Amino acid sequence: MKKEGETRIPSGCAIAAVISKTGKLMTGQRIVKAMEPMHDRSNGLGGGFAAYGIYPEHRDFYAFHMFFDCRDTRKKCEAFLKEHFEVVKGEIIPTRKIPEITDEPIIWRYFVTPLKSVLADLQLDEKEFVARTVVKINNELNGAYVFSSGKNMGTFKAVGFPEDVGRFYRLDEYEGYSWTAHGRYPTNTPGWWGGAHPFTLLDFSVVHNGEISSYDANRRFIEMFGYKCNLQTDTEVITYILDYLIRRQGLTLGEAASVIAAPFWSTIDGKTDEYDKEKHNYLRTVFPSLLVTGPFSIVLGFDGGLMALNDRLKLRSMVVGEKDDKVFIASEEAAIRVMEPEAENIWSPAGGEPVIVKIKEGDF
Amino acid sequence: MTTDTKLMEFPAINESIRKAGKSVTLSGVIGQRFIGAGMSDKIVTVNGVPGNALGAYLNGGKIVVCGNAQDAVGDTMNDGKIIVHGNIGDAAGYAMRGGSIYVKGNAGYRAGIHMKAYKEKVPVMVIGGTAGSFLGEYQAGGVIVVLGLKSKDERIVGNFPCTGMHGGRMILRSDCRDIVFPAQVSKKPATQKDLKEIKKYVTEYCRLFGDTVEGIMNSPFMIVTPNSKNPYKQLYVAN
Repeated sequence: MKKEGETRIPSGCAIAAVISKTGKLMTGQRIVKAMEPMHDRSNGLGGGFAAYGIYPEHRDFYAFHMFFDCRDTRKKCEAFLKEHFEVVKGEIIPTRKIPEITDEPIIWRYFVTPLKSVLADLQLDEKEFVARTVVKINNELNGAYVFSSGKNMGTFKAVGFPEDVGRFYRLDEYEGYSWTAHGRYPTNTPGWWGGAHPFTLLDFSVVHNGEISSYDANRRFIEMFGYKCNLQTDTEVITYILDYLIRRQGLTLGEAASVIAAPFWSTIDGKTDEYDKEKHNYLRTVFPSLLVTGPFSIVLGFDGGLMALNDRLKLRSMVVGEKDDKVFIASEEAAIRVMEPEAENIWSPAGGEPVIVKIKEGDF
Repeated sequence: MTTDTKLMEFPAINESIRKAGKSVTLSGVIGQRFIGAGMSDKIVTVNGVPGNALGAYLNGGKIVVCGNAQDAVGDTMNDGKIIVHGNIGDAAGYAMRGGSIYVKGNAGYRAGIHMKAYKEKVPVMVIGGTAGSFLGEYQAGGVIVVLGLKSKDERIVGNFPCTGMHGGRMILRSDCRDIVFPAQVSKKPATQKDLKEIKKYVTEYCRLFGDTVEGIMNSPFMIVTPNSKNPYKQLYVAN
């Protein structure tokens, strides 16, 4: 079978997320269950989850989740990692053998921190070095793929329906303060383990329902800054755009949302708040190539929070609900009701209107 | 008759509706799609959250939802009635060509997109709360009513209403001062004749959801229709 990136086939999808605003931990059971009523939105060619707060014992180390095609590749990759990182732990990610999930690659995780001498040599900050290493492995080390690289978080993804992927990775045994989920219905690529969502870089993870039409324009721009979009899937480029805008350019989440889901010029012109109008004018003018067009609803996960965002025309559904300390987000209200039957304040954010949930520093 | 649908997939639910008598109550509905699709003569009450395309191709009968409904309610419905005692998602009444939809609360984006009418078939959608952007996009016929009840915002519809509208009417309970319409439609205050018709819809709304007709009618109403003096002629290519 051809892998992601080798062919492009001309997406319905399902997304869901839950976060505790006070940083309370919850197992993955609830988010896995949420995907059940949305089963028909996926076609079994990809499911995945991101979980934040799951590795408190290694919270100061980057957790690399990796796929390998064979033992040799793994050995080669481990040798490469040891040249640049202190590797405090390397282990197989525990899975459950189930008939619904087959043909799995070799799946490992490593807790690593860059060697100080390497950083000093390269005069790079830690995050930038880690991001470059991930891009390097994914591009140059054939058969190896880093699918998660943040601290105290991890993504878990596979080819299969999301409910099965959740059981496969034993997500009921992890506890996180925030979870996102995705069921995939690939429209442009054949569906390989690496191509399932969430897509991640450092602590950013993106689950996405939709199919963006600006993929190539966005890709050409973002690849100028060292990112490599080698999977031809639109979600990968969204992940890199958000990393670029938020981590490297220092934009706020709200500003980044205004770049990728910028309002129409006519809407900007009609704004009565002069500061707001000027801000949108500025962002659209400075980052025209990062406007993401076509349908999308995404949830961006990051250290200590979530951001949900619809494209400016709202061509995909997205619903938000609340209950006590929890905020729920999903493609369908039914999924929220599975997570919390008594959810309140159910509402649909407008196109381009970000929903940002952050946990107080120190609570996670 | 009540059917507990908790673990049922949508074909089984629709089969149970077909086998039921004149009226049936579904309990524990959680996202199953296509409930009552193509149905002609039953009364279905839904407890829980019905999935997308509720009452698609509905051809008669009645569907009552006790809470919220998701996307594409009444997609291409031909006749009958859908009553939602909560909010509805996006693209409600998509290409609807007959019957009526009454929503107590708000509608998402693109409500009434491409509604149409032919002779005696005139679809009606009444939204008690507010409507999202692109309300009545490409509307070709029928009537869309937005009441904007309990709306904190003065704007009872989002951006770009009536884009591509070329038939039918939209009735908004607002003076529409803050609403920007495309150049190809025109708005005017409701006439006595219009108000008589509006009262009919409002009376039905109040019967279903319990509000006062006088309270709702005591407000300006605007009627939006395509402007035949400024048609879409040569909109894309001027030659």
